Amino acid sequence: MPIDLYRIDDRLIHGQVVVGWGQPLNLGFIVLVDDEVAGSEWEQELYRMGVPPEMDVFFATPDDAARQLEQWQSDQRPGILLTGDIETMSRLIQLAPSIKAVNLGGIHHRAGRTLKLRYVYLSPQEEEALRKLEEDGIVVTAQDVPSARAVPLNDVLHGEAER
Amino acid sequence: MSEDVPVAIIAAHGDLAKGFVSAVEQITGRGKLFIAMTNSGLGASEIERALIELVDSRNIRVIFTDLPAGSCTIAARRVLAGRPDMILVTGTSLPLLLDFMSHEELSPADAATHAVDRAVRSLTAVPGAARAH
Repeated sequence: MPIDLYRIDDRLIHGQVVVGWGQPLNLGFIVLVDDEVAGSEWEQELYRMGVPPEMDVFFATPDDAARQLEQWQSDQRPGILLTGDIETMSRLIQLAPSIKAVNLGGIHHRAGRTLKLRYVYLSPQEEEALRKLEEDGIVVTAQDVPSARAVPLNDVLHGEAER
Repeated sequence: MSEDVPVAIIAAHGDLAKGFVSAVEQITGRGKLFIAMTNSGLGASEIERALIELVDSRNIRVIFTDLPAGSCTIAARRVLAGRPDMILVTGTSLPLLLDFMSHEELSPADAATHAVDRAVRSLTAVPGAARAH
């Protein structure tokens, strides 16, 4: 079974991922792709805490993740791959063209970003990076929880999803 | 714990923390012992920043959160790093908060530990039964 969700979420592992998606998907593992976390035992322990023991958590840099992706994609258990920002996901996709869809799960307010959805704020550079992903054939949608509608990127960028 | 001085933060999803404070206020009239904080609309670093601001400005030593794997808990654990006199309690419930606030003779950390023990024992599953006539 392929990885069910390639998600960009600046909270990384948190309630929406472990419970919101984890329970309906019967999630067996989470891959957290982040340079800082991959290099820090303390950070890894932080994110491992509270994840149910039956759920595996793998930590990787984008380079390592690209090398191991095929193995995770062939895992029989449902899985989610997470990055904390658009740049990391874009780097991974450049290295791993088998990724065909990206979920915007949570990109919160920060200086220079503007509101697109309740849980998606983007800078002009981030908008451009997402457009580039779609030009490259990646389907980009925003959806914070499984029960919500998957909002196409075009609607996200025009701030039309919640009108 | 003196009246009207916050001694702990409750950080949780949605309006849960506000609801806890409201319930404590209704039951004891002492809801002001707790500061309610939501993670709604906040990224990981914003949650951490908000917690640090509350901890440092109000001299708070106890943080209660809801989900053990939630973003409030992750942020609170970051706040606790380098603050050995603080304590974090996850899986917050109303019995836990009520027990915590009723042990003013204990240090905040000891009161929190006592409350966890009491809250765990307060969890019960009561099966239905045929009505006795």
